[in-house]
Amino acid sequence: MALQVDLVAADRKVWEGEASQVSVRSTEGELGVLPGHQPMLVVLAEGEVRINAGGWQTATVDGGFMSVDHDRVTIVAETVDGSGMAS
Amino acid sequence: MGAQIREYRQRIRSVSATKKITRAMELMAASRVVKAQQAVRESTPYARALTRAVSAVATFSNEDHPLTTEKEDVRRAAVVIMTSDRGLAGAYSSSVLKESERVVARLRDEGKEVVPYLLGRKAIGFYRFRQRDFAAEWSGFSEKPTFDVAREVGERLVADFTTSTDEGGIDEVHVVYTRFVTMVTQEPEVIRLLPLEVVEGEEAPEPEDLLPLYEFEPGASQVLDALLPKYVNARLFNCMLMAAASELAARQRAMKSATDNAEELIKKYTRLANQARQAEITQEISEIVGGAAALAESK
Repeated sequence: MALQVDLVAADRKVWEGEASQVSVRSTEGELGVLPGHQPMLVVLAEGEVRINAGGWQTATVDGGFMSVDHDRVTIVAETVDGSGMAS
Repeated sequence: MGAQIREYRQRIRSVSATKKITRAMELMAASRVVKAQQAVRESTPYARALTRAVSAVATFSNEDHPLTTEKEDVRRAAVVIMTSDRGLAGAYSSSVLKESERVVARLRDEGKEVVPYLLGRKAIGFYRFRQRDFAAEWSGFSEKPTFDVAREVGERLVADFTTSTDEGGIDEVHVVYTRFVTMVTQEPEVIRLLPLEVVEGEEAPEPEDLLPLYEFEPGASQVLDALLPKYVNARLFNCMLMAAASELAARQRAMKSATDNAEELIKKYTRLANQARQAEITQEISEIVGGAAALAESK
């Protein structure tokens, strides 16, 4: 079981792939998602998104939101700085 | 006679200079239109994710939001007009402006006050020249819009929409832009941006396929609060990208026909110049022959 992760900015898709864990900062605090997580929609705060796909990948977002639904994780933000990510 | 040939040659030179320019513009537009279409495609995942999320909230909670509620008494309607910054694109800008005039007239007939928001120098020039008032203007990006501009426009519209009508707010927002259908067809189109109708684009869930019961964090209304303005921005951005692609396609077409025309003209003037040259030679010959004949006779 793995998570299917999409990281999407307003003008492009930044990253997509499988991951074993996703960690984001919501407006309420740090939040981790593992496979089998219940469906949810979370408003994100400005900060880092970390995706564990073999190794930790880090991107910076300016807010946005994350939806989790049947192990499909979509992280959406208007601007994403994914310069530190390997595809 | 010699003067005439010189004039034709000069025309040919000037037309071929023009042809070089229009040809260059045609090629530039052609390569940029591909990039613009690519940009439209690349913005789709974002728009799709947002639409999905917004409809999820709309389905699983009965939250009302100021951006989705119809106002009972619509008095002021905003019209966002998207045109280009530069001309030389055939009827691109004028067809958008024509469409916008129709919308404005319709809204006025419905007894609404119309507040224009202008994008692109052509629209601004159109309104300035006629000394009409408008609420806001943005320009300098029409060929390659960035998301920052869409966000700026979106934030302004949402702010004005949430202001009450008595304080200069607006009650609904219409957008006039050019929809990119294919490389040869682009149509001016009017959409109502606010209040939002979120249902579009999302297929109804199958009855047996139970949709997941989303958990909202911090809460459904806060999620909606965060999502809807982004949704507005995303739609605006999509319109702007479409308009940019349409503009470039229109320019490519206009420049292609300008180049063809120039070729036609060059051909015509070359013919005329050749004819003039021939006529000159014929005349010279007949003068010589006539002169020789006259000399022979006088002997």
